Parts: sequence; C-alpha cells; structure tokens
Amino acid sequence: MSLLSVNKVGKSFSSYRSELHRFARWFSVPTKPCEEHWVLRDINFDIRAGEAIGIIGSNGAGKSTLLKMISGTMQPTEGNIQVNGRIAAILELGMGFNPELTGRHNVFHAAGLMGFNAEQIQQAMPDIEAFAEIGEYFDEPVRTYSSGMQMRVAFSVATSGCPDLLIVDEALSVGDAYFQHKCFERLKKYREKGGGLLFVSHDIKAIKNICDRTILLSDGEKAFDGHPEDAFNYYNALLAQQHPEPCLLEERGQDVKTQGTRSGSGEMKITSVGLEAEGTKAAIIEQCKPFSVNISLVAMENIERWCVGIAIRDKFGNEIFGTNTTMLNRVLPALSKGNKLVVEYKFPSLIVGPGIYAISIALHDVDSHVIANYDWWDKAVVFEVCAAQKMQSSGLICMPVNCSIHQH
Amino acid sequence: MQGMLRSLWQYRHFVISSIRNELISRFARSKLGGLWMMINPLAQVAIYALILSNVLAAKLPGIESQYAYAIYLMAGLLAWTLFNEIVSRCLTLFIEQGNLMKKMSFPRITLPTIVVGSCVLNNILLFIAMLGIFVLLGHQFSSVIIWLLPLTLITVMLGLSVGLILGVMNVFVRDIGQGVPIVLQMLFWFTPIVYPANIIPENYRYLLNLNPVYHITSAYQQVLVYNETPQLGGVVLIAVIALALMLLSLFMFRRASGEMVDVL
Repeated sequence: MSLLSVNKVGKSFSSYRSELHRFARWFSVPTKPCEEHWVLRDINFDIRAGEAIGIIGSNGAGKSTLLKMISGTMQPTEGNIQVNGRIAAILELGMGFNPELTGRHNVFHAAGLMGFNAEQIQQAMPDIEAFAEIGEYFDEPVRTYSSGMQMRVAFSVATSGCPDLLIVDEALSVGDAYFQHKCFERLKKYREKGGGLLFVSHDIKAIKNICDRTILLSDGEKAFDGHPEDAFNYYNALLAQQHPEPCLLEERGQDVKTQGTRSGSGEMKITSVGLEAEGTKAAIIEQCKPFSVNISLVAMENIERWCVGIAIRDKFGNEIFGTNTTMLNRVLPALSKGNKLVVEYKFPSLIVGPGIYAISIALHDVDSHVIANYDWWDKAVVFEVCAAQKMQSSGLICMPVNCSIHQH
Repeated sequence: MQGMLRSLWQYRHFVISSIRNELISRFARSKLGGLWMMINPLAQVAIYALILSNVLAAKLPGIESQYAYAIYLMAGLLAWTLFNEIVSRCLTLFIEQGNLMKKMSFPRITLPTIVVGSCVLNNILLFIAMLGIFVLLGHQFSSVIIWLLPLTLITVMLGLSVGLILGVMNVFVRDIGQGVPIVLQMLFWFTPIVYPANIIPENYRYLLNLNPVYHITSAYQQVLVYNETPQLGGVVLIAVIALALMLLSLFMFRRASGEMVDVL
C-alpha cells in the first residue's frame, strides 16, 4: 500500500472582483472568480513506504505549494491527496515557533500540534534536546535563537516521533555543515526503518545522495519523474531552454538587468554567448567534463585590431579563470563592417568545484580594454557546476590526480 | 460538526497547553505576572468610580450601599470584558496565527477554542477578584449568583459567533479589523455599563432592546447588584440569537478555513 497518493492535484489562487463574491460563494451563491491563477495542475504520484523522493524545480515552480497541500496546511483546488499514516513536515524553515516561549515549550507545543499527548512528548523530550545540541539555549526564549538553531530544534521535533512520511522543504540549507551531516545520517536511518521522505532542495548532491526518485516541477506541472540523475539532466536541458540565446542589448529591453551588465563603444558587438556540454546547450555542467563557450560577434564598423576575452567568475565575483585571444597568440583577421563570425573556446575539462559561476565576455583592442573597449558583457551566461557522480576530490578546484602506492 | 468536536477532543492536550503557553508568554518578563489580568479592569472600575460616582450615584434606585455605583460598574464590566475580549481576540486571531497555519497542519477549530478558554479563564479570575472586593465593601450576595453560569455561556456564545464571523471576513477584507474596534467602543458607550439605563430619556429607552449586549449586562447587574433572578424574556431571546449566530459562524468558518491559508 502506498504511503501517499496524489491524484490529479491542482491548485489555483482565485481573486474576486469584490470579496463579497467570495463570501457569497460560501453560501453556495454561484459567483465566478474573476481571475484564477493556477500554480499547479495535474500532479500525480505515489510514495511507497521506505521511498525517498526529491522534488526539484526553479523558484516559483510550485514545489512549496505542493508540499503544503500534502502536509495539509493548504487545500487542493482539484484532485485529492490520500495519506496513510502520520506526516511530519518542516515547511518554510520552521514550525511556527512562538518567539516568546522557550525552545522546550515550543517543542511541547509543536509536538502537541502533531497530535502527541503530554506523556509521549515528555518521553521524547530528552532525545529531542540531545539531538538539537543547542545546550542551554533550549531553555531560552526562541527569539534569542539564530535561524540555524531554530532549524535544529524543528528538525529534531519533526523526526523524533518516527512519522510515516517526513516532508523537508529546504530546511537543511540553514544548518551548519556539522548539523547537516547529522541530519543526513538521521534521514538515512529513518529511511532504513521504512519511513517515506519528500525532500525539496536546490542542493543537487543532497538529492542524489538520499533520494531514489526525483520529480521535476516546471511551471506548475510535473515535467519529469524518475531517477535523480536523469531528472537533473532533464532539468539542465530545461534551464538551458528557458534562457534563450541572449540577443542584442537594444532588443532585450528590460531583461538586460537580469542578464548581467554591458558596456562598450559599440564598434563591435557580441550577438550571443552559448554554453555547451556534450554537444547540447547546458546550464548545469558536471565537474571534470568537457565544455565549450561559443561567442557570436558582428562588426559594426571596419575594425583592424581586436581581441576576444573570456573570464569565469565565482558567485562572489572573484575571477577564477581568464584568457583572451591575444594571450593565446591567435591572430585575428581584420573585419569590415557587417562581418559576422563565431569564436569558440573549448575546455577539455571543467576543473572547478561545485557552485554557481558566471562567464563574462569582452571585445576590445588587442593590448588592453583600456584603449578601446568595444563590448563588455558581464554575467553573459550563468551556470552551475555539480559534483561528479563519483566524487574524487573536494575543494575549490578538482585537479587531475593519480595516487600510487609503493612498497619499500 | 461532529468531525470538529472529534478533532477538538483529539487535540485537547494542545488546546490546554496553548492556553497555558499564552498565559506564560503574556506575562513573561513582568514582575506582577497574572495580577495584571485583574489590575487592568479593576483600575478601569476605580477610574470610572472616582470620576462618575458623585454624578451618577443618586440615580441608582433600590440600593443602599454607598459603594452602589462601584458594584454596579463591576457587574456590567464583568460581562462586557468577556464579550469584548472574545470578539477582539477572534477578530485578529487568524491573521496573528497565520504563520502557524501556514506551517503546521492541525484542526483550525482549536484556535478559537484556545481564545475562548483563555478569555473565560481571565474572566473567572476577574470574577474572583470582584467577589473579594464585594466582600470588602460589605455587599451581600445570595444563591442567585448561580445564574452567572448560563449567562457566561450565553456571553461566550455571542462573543465567539460574532468574533468568528468578523475574524474570518477580516482575513479577506482587512478593513474589518480596523473598523470593528471603533464599533465596539461605541457599543460600550451605548450600553448602560458606566451609567444606569434610567438616565436615558423614556422615549428612547426602547432602542436599548435592540442592543444584544444590553440584555446580558442588565442580567449581570440584576444578579450581582440586586440579587434578583434576571428577566427571562431578554435572556432567552439573546440565547436564541447567540445559538443561531453560532451555527452561522461555524458554517462560515468551515467554508472559509480552506481558503484562509491561500491569502494569509
């Protein structure tokens, strides 16, 4: 028997021309909402005991709404959700703690909300306190807690009563490394005991690690359901599609802001920048895999001396890597007005650690951009590097390494 | 309806611990703690008594004590504070608890139950304090006082049903939360609590009958000040109205509880 079955579930938020119409509807007066905004539509899946499902998708794809409906805080507009067993959920980084009460009181309160009686809670309390590991703070008001400490208490409460299905929405991301590790240990143990898990995260590694199935939500629909690896590949392809070829500044209008900053005198222009891995456009690339960057340009004037530069920056803006055609001793042809060409940088291996990176492209005079800067585009492409499936190293970069053992 | 009661019973521990938590958190970091619950209304009585007793004392018929006015005030305020507290707490209840409602799944009916529980508890403490003062002032009371039980029940029902209806609507139309306190303030002054009903001109006095709270406060005053059984007509009428409103409010609450989280 399945722990949870979600049948054709959809959620729409209705707005009415006047709230009076909403009130009238409660009394079965047939009034129509003037606007229905569907955030989820036609979602179907089942969870069996002991199964762990990851849910991924970009911001606003409907992940949290889905979890809220499963945990029961929100009602689905259509379809139904059947739960066989007890659910514990950590939604939106917390469990609605009261800031004036102590951690212990809040635990009591939250466990009561989960349907436990006083005796059961008293029994579980030492275990909850021990797992949270926040020391004397446990008897201090929650307003003095950091968000990480709140999460520790919330996670301890949610997992303490051995629920049949545990729902975790992004909560682990605020914990420190030590506690995250501890949480994953507990989640693994919990799964071995046959507990079901629904896990939302943007942490690719975490999902691959503990989930055996992954559902990809895109624009409120289930876009994929299957092995985590395949789901991420699919997600990758979807992301690449969503960021269409960046086109010229003038045509892009307001989108310019979201897609980095551009400056330059305009004698030459970058028409598009594309990131490719394994022959297709990509937004997520696995460590140590080859990739290439294609830069299409057009000359607006006659240009004799020019140069194309590329830089990869991490999320803090540090330049991780940079080169240009002059450094690489490429002799570039003089261009006349209207000439178009494509410059391709090929990288045999992506030796940076997991994280978010951005590529900047620059067109400038041979020696330096200080003399003549034709077109400079920061954050032309943003991409994510995920850990290799079989991780061989940790840290900021992944150097190729050989390890041999000699006997004396 | 049955489902509501069943889930209330299931969550009784939560309700009880919430009422306790509420008391704790309200008086956390205050030296006098629970005493404030009595000091507040009693200070109000003292203020009114000080300012108005000379003006109004002469108009209280049928009672000898020189503290008659203070006793009259307390009787009316006991009823009014209960009604007022329940209505105003229910009014903002769902907005204040929005955070919890969005994060945890539990029977929503527990929330108004907690409000009623803690308001009734406050009222009992206030009542005990008032009885103490009555004794100090040398005021007699008899077994008629048992009438306060059904009267409290009716007040709670009336307050809860009005509060629930307004509270549910307030989630969707926030103007209600701003307007209702003003209306309550007006209602307070249109109810004979700090003044006796007989100072209102004869020709307008029938209008008082349209005020549901008047029937309740006057019954309280009958019982506590004059040691008489309250006039049954008014009490029964209000009981029937309260019951009808209660059903309406529960119906609205059930219809709305699914939608409330959507807009919180």
